[in-house]
Amino acid sequence: MQACGCAQRHTLWGYYKKENSLSTLHLIELAVLELQPVSVLLQPAECICLTGPSGAGKSMLLRAVADLIPHDGDAQLDEAKCSEMKPSQWRHQVGYLPAESHWWSERVGDHFSQPPEDGFRQLGFTPQVMDWQVSRLSTGEKQRLALLRLLANQPRALLLDEPTASLDAVNVRNVESMIGDYRLQHAAPIIWISHDAEQVRRVADRVFELKAGVVQEVGP
Amino acid sequence: MNVISLSSLDLMLAASLVGVLAVVSIIMQLGVASRLVIAAVRTVVQLLLIGLVLNTLFAHVHLAWVTLLAMVMLLVAGREVMARQHRRFGGLWGYGLGTLSMFVSAFTTTIFALLVIVGTDPWYAPQYAIPLLGMMLGNTMNGVALAMDRLTNSAWQQRGVIEARLTLGHEWRVAIGGITRESVRVGMIPIINAMAAAGIVSLPGMMTGQILSGTPPLEAVKYQILIMFMITAGTGFATMAASWIGARRLFDERCRLRLDRLIQGRSH
Repeated sequence: MQACGCAQRHTLWGYYKKENSLSTLHLIELAVLELQPVSVLLQPAECICLTGPSGAGKSMLLRAVADLIPHDGDAQLDEAKCSEMKPSQWRHQVGYLPAESHWWSERVGDHFSQPPEDGFRQLGFTPQVMDWQVSRLSTGEKQRLALLRLLANQPRALLLDEPTASLDAVNVRNVESMIGDYRLQHAAPIIWISHDAEQVRRVADRVFELKAGVVQEVGP
Repeated sequence: MNVISLSSLDLMLAASLVGVLAVVSIIMQLGVASRLVIAAVRTVVQLLLIGLVLNTLFAHVHLAWVTLLAMVMLLVAGREVMARQHRRFGGLWGYGLGTLSMFVSAFTTTIFALLVIVGTDPWYAPQYAIPLLGMMLGNTMNGVALAMDRLTNSAWQQRGVIEARLTLGHEWRVAIGGITRESVRVGMIPIINAMAAAGIVSLPGMMTGQILSGTPPLEAVKYQILIMFMITAGTGFATMAASWIGARRLFDERCRLRLDRLIQGRSH
């Protein structure tokens, strides 16, 4: 099944650069606290949306996939198991974007090793944003910059926790198209938490709902 | 010059000053009177006890007794470090971390001073060993307590930042690096200040004591310099060890930030 799916995708996305090998993200009986074990296989470039009531544990699930909290089960990127990989390497490759962004330095630029100039422009910043003070950023600006900061790492899979929650309509579209481009260019599987039914329709290949501790597929 | 022996009456006169202070603080409703009196009584009792212990120890010089007293001092200092934490590690770590750092650092420096610098005979001569160790532990305890308190509190407050860095693939050392360095700095500042102010603003207690007991001031000064340097080295290394091991302990084997390993101590 899995091999077959990959092969199909391979011909479909044959133009991908070699170094960006096609990645599948596989959650294997992943369980954390009161959540029932979750098993999902994400194909390369597949985006699944995770919905459900607040406090159901959606963020907790993503944090477990990013290996930020203790959990049972495992996750696998291609053939590499999280539990057998160096934690920093896993987190570098499975990029997790928390709902709230945090910054450790005063200057925006200190958080980027390589300034993603195209990315800045695409999300409505000029390259001068590198010299801005983090303390003067709005919530929306922080959210967009946090996404750029994450994508600059070139992760092979994305875990997005409401990446457009505090953005206006224009920026929602910009961010969605940027994530969409990234997904195609890097064939990155994505788990995307969203409360916006319209957005889910726009971006999701499959939709899962987390309710009362159980993750269930509720539709394509 | 000989020591002028103090009579009980002399001490009573000094105590009456504290008594007056207590009365005034009751009138001013400061709410510290009872703590003041209890602390004063503790001073008298504890110092008399250690005086008796030292008297006995000097009369029966034996490595085992010196070691026993040194261990008691270490364990009490360890308890004090733990009690001063707003958030501390749960279980054995809460006690062990500070105690171990102090043990390694304070004992090493003291033994080094006794063996190499002062060259007492025997090397554990309690007249030198116990006061030196006491001063080492007292200062090291302050440094370690300050550093640990800063480390755990900052990690708690900045957990979002630490996790953001882990998320971006940073190693735990990098993710908490700024906090660790800040903790070491905070732990070392009191002793750096003490060195800078020594002799100008403050006459250190040990030197004062030696001068009072008739030692020529320059001899007392030399001992004070020795003590200052030992305390600085001891405090610095203990603070570094405690901060580094503490920082490591905040992460598990998968480099996850584990603040659930901290428990809330008494607030102050």
